[in-house]
Amino acid sequence: MTENRDITIETAEAAQERAAATPAGEDKSRPTSPVCGHKCKFITRNVNVFYGEKQAIFDVSLDIPDRSVMALIGPSGCGKSTYLRCLNRMNDLIDICRVEGTFLLDGEDIYSGDIDPVLLRARVGMVFQKPNPFPKSIYENVAYGPRIHGLARDKTELDEIVETSLRKAALWDEVKDRLDAPGTGLSGGQQQRLCIARAIATRPEVILMDEPASALDPIATARIEELIDELKENYCIVIVTHSMQQAARVSDRTAFFHLGRLIEEGPTEQIFTAPREKQTQDYITGRYG
Amino acid sequence: MTDRTHNRAHEARDRAEKQGASEGGAAGPNGRIDWHSPQMLARLRRRHAANRRMKFIGLAAIVLAAGLLSILVGSLLKSGLPAFRQTFITLEFDLKPELVKPQNMRRGNWRKIVKEGLLRALPEDMRKNRKLRRKVLKIVSRSAPYALRDHVMENPHLVGRIIPFDVLASDPYDQFNKGLIPEYIVRGERKRPNPKLGGPEVVRAFRVLKEQKRVHLPFNWGLFFNADSRLPEAAGLAGAIVGSFLTLLVTFLISFPTGILAAIYLEEFAPKNRFTDFVEININNLAAVPSVVFGLLGLSLFIGFFGVPRSTPLVGGMVLSLMTLPTIIIATRAALKAVPPSLREAALGVGASHHQMVFHHVLPVAMPGILTGAIIGMAQALGETAPLLLVGMNAFIPDISNMGLTEPATALPTQIYSWADSPERGFVSRTAAAILVLLGFLLAMNALAIWLRQRYSTKW
Ligand SMILES: Nc1ncnc2c1ncn2[C@@H]1O[C@H](COP(=O)(O)OP(=O)(O)O)[C@@H](O)[C@H]1O
Ligand SMILES: [Mg+2]
Repeated sequence: MTENRDITIETAEAAQERAAATPAGEDKSRPTSPVCGHKCKFITRNVNVFYGEKQAIFDVSLDIPDRSVMALIGPSGCGKSTYLRCLNRMNDLIDICRVEGTFLLDGEDIYSGDIDPVLLRARVGMVFQKPNPFPKSIYENVAYGPRIHGLARDKTELDEIVETSLRKAALWDEVKDRLDAPGTGLSGGQQQRLCIARAIATRPEVILMDEPASALDPIATARIEELIDELKENYCIVIVTHSMQQAARVSDRTAFFHLGRLIEEGPTEQIFTAPREKQTQDYITGRYG
Repeated sequence: MTDRTHNRAHEARDRAEKQGASEGGAAGPNGRIDWHSPQMLARLRRRHAANRRMKFIGLAAIVLAAGLLSILVGSLLKSGLPAFRQTFITLEFDLKPELVKPQNMRRGNWRKIVKEGLLRALPEDMRKNRKLRRKVLKIVSRSAPYALRDHVMENPHLVGRIIPFDVLASDPYDQFNKGLIPEYIVRGERKRPNPKLGGPEVVRAFRVLKEQKRVHLPFNWGLFFNADSRLPEAAGLAGAIVGSFLTLLVTFLISFPTGILAAIYLEEFAPKNRFTDFVEININNLAAVPSVVFGLLGLSLFIGFFGVPRSTPLVGGMVLSLMTLPTIIIATRAALKAVPPSLREAALGVGASHHQMVFHHVLPVAMPGILTGAIIGMAQALGETAPLLLVGMNAFIPDISNMGLTEPATALPTQIYSWADSPERGFVSRTAAAILVLLGFLLAMNALAIWLRQRYSTKW
C-alpha cells in the first residue's frame, strides 16, 4: 500500500488505470489517507460541473478519508453543494447539469454503468439543509429505505433496523413511545436527527450532510454535532457548512472552495491556524463571505 | 469573480436609487432623512388613502356579487319552493268488481271508480248536480286512475272493498291550494272564474273536500322518486337523477384514471421537449374549448363513426369525459407541482427509484388536490347541458325501471331544459325546483371537495 501513499498528486489517468486494473471493491486498491491513517473512501479527480453553459465546479480533485469528517467550507455559491451532490449522483436529477471527472468510491467509478444511482444512494446517504422527513410515521420514515432495498427479511428484523438506526441517531429515547406519530410533528432538531436515522437505516458507508444544522437553534445544533462526532467512528462523513466554528469543531479535514475551485485542503487544524493560501486566510479571518 | 462584481454593482445601484428617491424632498440639509417633512407626510397620507380606496372598492365588489347571487337564489327559491310540497286528496274508493274487472284489471273502468270516490265525499245536492258530475274529475290528476289501478293490482285482495287512498290533486288545484293561482281572473271591470279550475261548482266541491280535511300538502317525495310525466303534478326527477348518475359514472371511469395517468406522465416522466410542450399547450387549449364542440364531436365520432347508441348515458359520459379530462389533467399537474422538492429529494436520497418516489411519496401528498380537481371537474360535467342535448340525452323517460348505460336517458340539466320548455304552470315551479336540486348536488360535491382537502391534506 505504500505505493499509494502520495495520492494527492496522483493524476486522473493513474486513478482510472488503478480502478480498471483492480476488481471493484477490492480493499487492496484503497489508498490510505495520508493524515488520519484511515483508508480513503472517495477519490475524485478533475471534477468539472456545468449547469447548462455555466460552469459551477472547476477541475476539483479531492480525496475523502474513511471514518472521519471532511468539512467543505467556502462563501455561498462557491459550489460546495454542487460538489457534494455529485458524490451520490443527486445532480443527475437536474436536467441541465453535466458532471465530468472521476469519482471513485472504494475504487469503483460511481458514474460508470456498473453502479445504479438508486443503489449508490443507499450506500451514500444524504441529509439535507432543511429537515425533510416524509409526512408519514416516525417508524415509516426509518423503515422506508430498508424496505425498498429489501434489507430486512421480516417485521422483527425491520423493527430492529428501525431501533438501531434511531439509537445511532440519538433519537430513540425521545420517540420510542410514539413511533406511529407523524415524523413531521417533531421539533426541527428531532426532525433532522430523524433524517439522519433514515439515512443510517440503509447501512450506508458515506453520509453526506449539506448544512445540516443551518435551520436549527444552537442547542439542536450542538446535539447534531455531538452525533456527527459519534457517527464518524463508523462512517465517512462529508459535511457542508457555512459556519467555520462548526467546521473547526466537528471535522478532521477541511476543504476550502472558492468560486468553484478547490483552493486548499488539509487537516482542519492546519487550515484554521496556518493556511497555505492567502484566499483561505482571508476567508477564515472573515474578510469575505 | 463575476458573482462578486455583480453583487457590488447591484449594491451600488441600490444606493444610487435610494439617494434618487430621497431627492424627492425628504432629505434634510445634512443628508439625514426628515421623516416629518411635509412631502413625507403628504406621501404617507396618499398611501393610506390608496389603502382605504382599495378596501372600499373590494368591499363594494363583494357586496355586488353577493347581491346578484342572492337575487338569483332568492328568485329560484320563490318560484321553486312551492314545488317541494304537493297537494294530495284522501278519498274512499269503492272497488266494485264490475268496474275493477278482477280478471284483467287493466281494462277496468278506473276513471269511473275515481269519479265515484270523489262524489261519495260530497253532500247530496252536489252529488246530484249534473254540471259538477261532468267536471268533478278536474280536481284530481289525470294520473289518479292509474295510480289507484297500480295500487289495487299490487294488492288484489282489496277488490270488493271500500278503501281509503291518497290521490294527487290536478295541477290547477295544486296551484290553487298553494295560493299560486286565483279563483277569479279580474281584467278591468270584468271578473270571471278562472277557466283552469273548471268553473265555480268544481271550486265549491274542492272547498267542501278541504273542509272535510281531505286535502293535504305533504313534502313532495314524488319530485325525487317519480319518473318524468306529461302531467306536472306527477312529474319527478328520478329519471334525470339516475341518468346523471350513470353519465357521471362513465365520465369518472374514463377521465379519472386517464387524466391522472396522463398528468403523472407529463409532470414526472416525460422528457421536456418540443413534443411534450406541444401536448401541454393542446391540453390547456382543450380546457377552453366550448362544451358544445365536444357535443358535436361526440355526435359525429362516437355515434356516427363508432356507433355508440344515441341518447344513452354511455355516449353522454364519453362526451363529458372529453370535457373533464383537461380539467383533471391540469388540476393533477398543479397538485403534483405543489409537492415540495424537498420531499422528492428525501425519497431519492434514500435510494427510491423515480417510480417509487412518485407513487410512494409524491402522489399521496398530491392526492387531496387531485381529488378536489376531479370532483370540480365532475361538478362541471354534472351541470353541462349543450353536449348532452347534441347527443340526444333529453329523452322522455316515464319509467325508470329499465334504465341502463345503453338505454336512452335524460340528465338533470337536460330535464331542466325540457321542463322549462313546457307550457303548464306546474312545470314553471318544477323547473325552478329542479334547478335547486341541481344546485344542491353541485353544492354537495363542492363541499365534499373542500372536506377532502381539509381532512386529508398533509400537515407539515
Ligand atoms: N439547479 C441549478 N441550476 C443552475 N445553476 C445552479 C443550480 N444549482 C446551483 N447552481 C449554481 O451553481 C453555483 C454553485 O451553487 P451551490 O453548489 O449551490 O453553492 P453553495 O452550496 O456553495 O452555496 C452557483 O453559482 C449557483 O448559482
Ligand atoms: Mg449550498
